[in-house]
Amino acid sequence: MDYFFQQLINGLVLGSIYGLIAIGYTMVYGIVGMINFAHGDIFMIGGFIALITFLILVSIGMTMVPVILLLVLLVAMAVTALYGWTVERIAYRPLRQSFRLAPMLSAIGMSFVLSNFAQVSQGARVKPVPPIITGGYTLHDSGNFAVQLSNVQIVVVVTTVVLLAIFTYIVSRTRFGRDMRACEQDQTMAALLGVDVDRTISMTFVIGASLAAVAGMMYLLYYGLVDFFMGFIAGIKAFTAAVLGGIGSLPGAMLGGLAIGLIETFWSAYFSVEYKDVAAFSILIIVLIFMPTGLLGRPEVEKV
Amino acid sequence: MTNAAPILAIDGLTMRFGGIVAINELSFTAQRRQITALIGPNGAGKTTVFNCITGFYRPSGGTMTLVHDDDATFRLDRLHDFRICKYAKVARTFQNIRLFPGMTALENLMVAQHNTLMRASGFSLLGLLSAPSFRAAERQAIDLAREWLQRIGLLDRADDAAGNLPYGDQRRLESARAMCAQPALLCLDEPAAGLNANESAALSDLLLSIRDDIGTSILLIEHDMSVVMEISDHIVVLDHGVKIADGAPRAVRDDPKVVAAYLGADEEDAAAVMEGGA
Repeated sequence: MDYFFQQLINGLVLGSIYGLIAIGYTMVYGIVGMINFAHGDIFMIGGFIALITFLILVSIGMTMVPVILLLVLLVAMAVTALYGWTVERIAYRPLRQSFRLAPMLSAIGMSFVLSNFAQVSQGARVKPVPPIITGGYTLHDSGNFAVQLSNVQIVVVVTTVVLLAIFTYIVSRTRFGRDMRACEQDQTMAALLGVDVDRTISMTFVIGASLAAVAGMMYLLYYGLVDFFMGFIAGIKAFTAAVLGGIGSLPGAMLGGLAIGLIETFWSAYFSVEYKDVAAFSILIIVLIFMPTGLLGRPEVEKV
Repeated sequence: MTNAAPILAIDGLTMRFGGIVAINELSFTAQRRQITALIGPNGAGKTTVFNCITGFYRPSGGTMTLVHDDDATFRLDRLHDFRICKYAKVARTFQNIRLFPGMTALENLMVAQHNTLMRASGFSLLGLLSAPSFRAAERQAIDLAREWLQRIGLLDRADDAAGNLPYGDQRRLESARAMCAQPALLCLDEPAAGLNANESAALSDLLLSIRDDIGTSILLIEHDMSVVMEISDHIVVLDHGVKIADGAPRAVRDDPKVVAAYLGADEEDAAAVMEGGA
């Protein structure tokens, strides 16, 4: 039982990271109807920016860990948001009136561009960092197995929850959130009511990218490393999470992220680590066979 | 105080799609604080005119000039996309209902106040910090939205998803939403389509009150002659993209060319329909 609880904690932490990335996929899909395949690499860029900012702050002699973390978070979010905005501006917007496949192909291209850019500019080796947040609590110790909750796990989950709360507030309560939902449902009509659709779409990419940056930073804190290729598999997983939860649905993305995180962790713990990806994708296939719109997805309504 | 120039002057408007001439050298004016109806048989080009006015189509030729009360002048043929609503203050509805079905009735009216709130939110910055000035603007926007819900009798359904409202309510909500954009010119494309007699009458009252109480100029496409004849100040009749009549309701109704256009050459039947609507 203790072992089960430990895996539950690990799974929730991993799931939070997937969920943060998945929101970016689902938001973009909701508003422009395309899969942003470069989003995983935006997550990777976020991890690198966090690493670079961290090293800069440490090298100029900052020692207070909470201040460092906050600054790293803000810088990573801002710079990665700029990447997200730029990608949309140069790779997707010019193709918006084109055939449906064009922006998707462009996204796959952008994904290569970003990961190769990171490889060339930062090197191909894995970049480790020493543990920044140390310590933790032992929740229960039965003698042969102790359930551990580390501080870094707490930070990951708390940050995720706080950001999700802010994000949910923005989408459901603010003018920008209303504009975004309006554009999602009928872009032409939104434009006729004076909403600048291009700007709203740009902002959607910016928000998605900054949440991915948070995920990248959490990944760095939790695993203590980044590399230029980490965006690919994490991106595919988060995309799976978004589809599992019902693409286009924001709570669905978070739920899907947690589900994928838990499935992966439990599978690794009780069956085999090698086949954890197989397990996650198999569940996706099974769910999609029985619930084609995902867990919380709305059935597609034909627009007249 | 009131500006005497027409709110909208259309001059020589031509719209071609390949070899097809949908609108040919159309000229008419819509007077300020009046209801101008655009009527004509199916395929006459009425909606095409609307699509040109609201920037959906770029006209092949001609000019469309909109003059605000304060003499600010806009060339609609040169504006497009969201700028038509933002700067020229033209709002429109469509033949089919295009509410945001997943948002509540109140939210639909709030989206329409985007521009006011955008200015108040200092382009999102003040809004994110939730500055007092922004919260005040947000409250005003909600007040205006609730006032309109009251006017169309939907106040008690403010928080229902727009897509779940009955058809007639959705129609009125659309007009209210267009009005929440605080337009100088309101373009309504068949607002009475599919409404029963009672609902049509309620709609007529709503449009009259928009004209008289708020002073918004209305351009109206409508097939329901009872509505058109009752509320229009001025009627423009189109047939095959050409204007065939232009004048007060009574004059237009008796115009033989209009009657012929509506029901082919059989003037007796046509006259009966036009009378029936009066």
